[in-house]
Amino acid sequence: MESASNTPETPNAEAAGSNASDGEPLVAVHGLTKLFPVGGGPFRKPSSFIHAVDDVSFQLGHGESLGLVGESGCGKTTVGKLLVKLLEPTGGEILFRFAGDAAAPAAETPWDSAAIRGRLLRSFRRRVQMIFQDPYESMNPRRTIYDIISEPLSVQGMGDVQYRVDRVLEILTLVGLTPAGAFLFRHPHELSGGQRQRVAIARALVIRPSFVVADEPTSMLDVSSRAGVMSLMQDLATELGVAYLYVTHDLAVARYMCNRIAVMYLGKVVELAETEELLRNPLHPYTKALLSAVPVADPGRRRQVPDIRGDLTTPIDPPSRCRFYERCPAATEHCLNHPHPPAEEKTPGHLVACYEV
Amino acid sequence: MTDRRDTLLRVDGLSLSYQTRLGEIQAVRDVSFELARGSALGLVGESGCGKTSVANCLMRLLPDNARLSAGRVLLDGQDVLPLTEEEMRLLRWRRISMVFQAAMNVLDPVYRVGRQILEAIETHGVESTDTAAKERVARLFRMVGLDPQLMEHYPHEFSGGMRQRAVIAMALSCDPDLMIADEPTTALDVIVQDRILRELKAIQQQLAMSIIYISHDIAVVAEVTDVVGMMYAGRLVEMGDTSDVFRAPAHPYTAALMASFPSVSGERRPLTSLPGEPPNLSDLPRGCPFHPRCAYATDVCRTEYPPQARYGSHWVACWHPLDPALVPQS
Repeated sequence: MESASNTPETPNAEAAGSNASDGEPLVAVHGLTKLFPVGGGPFRKPSSFIHAVDDVSFQLGHGESLGLVGESGCGKTTVGKLLVKLLEPTGGEILFRFAGDAAAPAAETPWDSAAIRGRLLRSFRRRVQMIFQDPYESMNPRRTIYDIISEPLSVQGMGDVQYRVDRVLEILTLVGLTPAGAFLFRHPHELSGGQRQRVAIARALVIRPSFVVADEPTSMLDVSSRAGVMSLMQDLATELGVAYLYVTHDLAVARYMCNRIAVMYLGKVVELAETEELLRNPLHPYTKALLSAVPVADPGRRRQVPDIRGDLTTPIDPPSRCRFYERCPAATEHCLNHPHPPAEEKTPGHLVACYEV
Repeated sequence: MTDRRDTLLRVDGLSLSYQTRLGEIQAVRDVSFELARGSALGLVGESGCGKTSVANCLMRLLPDNARLSAGRVLLDGQDVLPLTEEEMRLLRWRRISMVFQAAMNVLDPVYRVGRQILEAIETHGVESTDTAAKERVARLFRMVGLDPQLMEHYPHEFSGGMRQRAVIAMALSCDPDLMIADEPTTALDVIVQDRILRELKAIQQQLAMSIIYISHDIAVVAEVTDVVGMMYAGRLVEMGDTSDVFRAPAHPYTAALMASFPSVSGERRPLTSLPGEPPNLSDLPRGCPFHPRCAYATDVCRTEYPPQARYGSHWVACWHPLDPALVPQS
């Protein structure tokens, strides 16, 4: 997925995807934590906290695609929102190193997410974009496709009208909405779900960001248009050098979209590995259960019963032991009496947070 | 597989259209199939292909602008389509029940969950006494894997998976012969989905009940059904034993849908997407409705609807069925 290194330190980040920062990751997340207060009110302290994201660390390379997989409520969308600064973290650090970047707060230093405010936030948004799950809810129905896609350009004050029309036509062609001219002045309701999601992708990519958080971009689509949108996103990643954080509950989709997959459970990343390694050689008991629960379209194949007990436990003030303890088939007394296990590299590039692996 | 002669449901030439401002929408056209007692059938297709409309016909839950233009629905030999609304009400839940797609919205938020299932049992007079009815609800709760104590709880206290189980318990409350499950697990996480599908399968075998699964998820249908019907633009285009259809799809639509479906296991083969969009149901193309998206379409496909061709255990409506032994080079 890594696109070849090209232009050196250009002030313009158009040439995204270059390895300007010498193998430094594009995004480095360290100890990221987000707590949401429960109870509480204007004059009352919250009585407890939802541990939505709890001490999460990972890195994402330039042009790489990392899948964040887990069940609903595991905190995967919250991680995505923290990365694009739609939410502010309770703790931890997010550092960005954009390729060929002269606009960094200080030369050669990475962008510290916590320090990005005001004018800096606008130039941050030019580099980091998000694609939302629901193509029916994420667009203003009264606006034309041109209005929707050109908005990032006008917010960023890029070019004149002619320039914007050209960019919009260009990106419409890239996302396969052709002839592009015929779509410019249509409204979202005239398009199918798959076409709308292509518009959403065009809107996120028209300003050529380096990094896009895609939150379940295909889960609302019909099976037949899903494959098209998936391969479109991959082609664009290669062509434009975009890195994705791909948030999904669907391991099969992640398999096709991602170089690496991180599995989340109750706010924690429990396993992280290269995609095929994770699918062929899952080590964490939760990953194993999740994988064996995915139905397979091969009638000759019999799946094992997923080895997992009970239901999802509460994310409100969870005990400090392993989050998966209550449901784990391999849990021991050690797991009960020790804090949540740290992530360890079992084989090169394969991280697991489990005492029993 | 169950004895095929023991047919529970026979649908014969069913056609349904909706009258709208934009003209007549042909949602179901000439759909025929049989379902054996105790077996599971899957109806698969993209949104708008008519699969839910077929279910609504069976339940006779049709909006005012729907018009049943032809066909019969025989339940144990009795045609349910000419029945009056009053007669139909006796049939619903007791003979045919349905698990609706949006289980979240089926339960009334102001009544306790157990109370709502009790109401279905009382309305249909399945149990004569209150205690017997309550015991029945407790039994149903256990059957779907819910703690009977949860009867006293309100829907908002349930998780998505628990609500779905409660809705399934309600659909089972009057021992129906046939249960229609419309995307019963689409909104659920895979681990919960896996459990519910396993439970449904066990219940189906235990009660010798028939189930019609309506889904766009090929993998789910492949795992839980005995027979599958592929629907496109209101028509059944291919039907047969699930294992045969998915092992050797004969209709290009079935094959294309399968090729666009990502899988976690096996070789990572490239996904191919289906070109184009499903046709407009108020303005269907001539001939085979799939021809504008079909890689094998010829002149005859553009002018005439294909006859059914038998293919081993299954049949297909296609002029150029894919012979499993002669897969065309792409």
